Amino acid sequence: MVFTLFAAVIICTGAALEGDYYHEQLLTFIGIFTLLAVGLNMLMGYAGQISLGHAAFYGIGAYTTGALTVHLQWSPWASLPCALIMAGVIAYIVGKPTLKLSGYYLGMGTLGFGMIMHVLFREWTTITGGPNGLVGIPSLSLWGLDLSTGRNYLYVVWGCVLLTFFICDRLVNSRVGRALRAIHYSEQAASAVGVDTAKAKLQVFVFSAVVAALAGFLYAHMVMFISPGTFTFLASVKLVAMVVIGGMASIWGALLGATFLTLLPEHLSVFADYEMIIYGGILMGVMIFLPQGLTRGVLDIYEKFRAKRKGTVED
Amino acid sequence: MLQIRNLKCYYGGIRALSGVSLSVSRGELVALIGANGAGKSTLLQAICGLSSSWEGEILFDGKSLAGLKPPAIVARGVSMVPEGRLIFPPLSVLDNLKLGAYLRYRQRDHVGVSQDLEKILDLFPVLRERSKQNAGTLSGGEQQMLAVGRSLMANPKFLLLDEPSMGLAPLVVRKIFDTLVQLRETGLTILIVEQNAQAALEIADRGYVLETGRMVLAGEASQLLADKEVKRAYLGKDYSKFYEGRG
Repeated sequence: MVFTLFAAVIICTGAALEGDYYHEQLLTFIGIFTLLAVGLNMLMGYAGQISLGHAAFYGIGAYTTGALTVHLQWSPWASLPCALIMAGVIAYIVGKPTLKLSGYYLGMGTLGFGMIMHVLFREWTTITGGPNGLVGIPSLSLWGLDLSTGRNYLYVVWGCVLLTFFICDRLVNSRVGRALRAIHYSEQAASAVGVDTAKAKLQVFVFSAVVAALAGFLYAHMVMFISPGTFTFLASVKLVAMVVIGGMASIWGALLGATFLTLLPEHLSVFADYEMIIYGGILMGVMIFLPQGLTRGVLDIYEKFRAKRKGTVED
Repeated sequence: MLQIRNLKCYYGGIRALSGVSLSVSRGELVALIGANGAGKSTLLQAICGLSSSWEGEILFDGKSLAGLKPPAIVARGVSMVPEGRLIFPPLSVLDNLKLGAYLRYRQRDHVGVSQDLEKILDLFPVLRERSKQNAGTLSGGEQQMLAVGRSLMANPKFLLLDEPSMGLAPLVVRKIFDTLVQLRETGLTILIVEQNAQAALEIADRGYVLETGRMVLAGEASQLLADKEVKRAYLGKDYSKFYEGRG
């Protein structure tokens, strides 16, 4: 029901933006970041595991498809599964030892991984194009339909978002979701009721990596040029900020967080030199006044408002 | 059903249990009593696989539990109500109960799970009233009921309880212990670890007394209740006289 509504909103927005190239592209970017944030939210918000290297999986998705399509002239549709599998396999290999860590230590472990991947993107010149980036990534087309135009690509990206939302929603409200939330609260207690905590953590880590790789794939075929600068530590931090600002353990929080943090810099550019100061100030403000994130915060305000109105009616 | 022979457990470098033996037969309700630091919880953690640094033998249904992880032990039919309840406060009461049946959902035993869920909600009607609430909003006694209910959702053959009376009012303790007696009558085997020796021995068939890592006494619960040593150490009988004499 919610999803049908969501799909309708996307289609209407797409139609309304017809020809408005700037906003179409902005909305497409929001979609890509929403994908990244919702995947990370499964790991952070639900299972309570911090990843400070998530941009690495974003980059793995982008570079895998980039390398395969540019160097080997593969069709993007053939490189898509490769990109997803590559990220999944690397997440499995990295996650197996690192997920034994928790809290700050897991943060440090994933941070290290993110930095290694960033160096790899920059220095493995033959494959990644090095610091100059990888040029000439083809755009997507399907059965002769050009998907690269603003509105079509917007639909492709948001279609992926919708599909991911649907999968996450099903996961969260199932046995798996309950187990993840249990791990978040206490691994020992989760283990005592029979949850294989190591396996569940690894599964959600791989899942979030695959979603990030999908976002990377979509990004690469949208801008048709990728460079290491996109997949830095700062990008990972921005993703964490999206999850936290939007609201942990909420699928819609990821959407809000990604939208907020993508639109904010666009609208702050009028402040020129003061942009970053105001940007930081707004983030601090949100966290001080809505510590549970935007989703919970807005819901709380709405409930308070409703309770108040009810109160005055009864008076 | 459960046989423990010469169990030695280590907590870091410290030996918490030095050669403990214990057995529980099918359908029995056995109490393990002892003061703080006697090694009671360590013993339970060894059975459940939460601690793996032990030597000796733990047999369940004739098969060793050595080297098994907690999920595998739950799958064998051993379910624990952990010390301090360890429910999941941010999750709803219903989700907490469903988590108890985690392994059964995985085996696609949906019908069995929903039947057991009804049974448990009948056993603890207050949980039905509050099924949508976050578990963290329950009172201590309700949380303990939830912890017991969650363990039962795994459909265990053998239920372990670690200090279920901790921090609860005597009336609530009575209610929970009555439930345990009820459960024993349905054929469930129960091992209860308690500091509250009086309450535990009153409902138990047999009892063991653990002191600084050694089993010092074992016997029929009624005998232990009458035992002078137990009275002195755990029931505080002569202390109460002592204080009454002064008052």
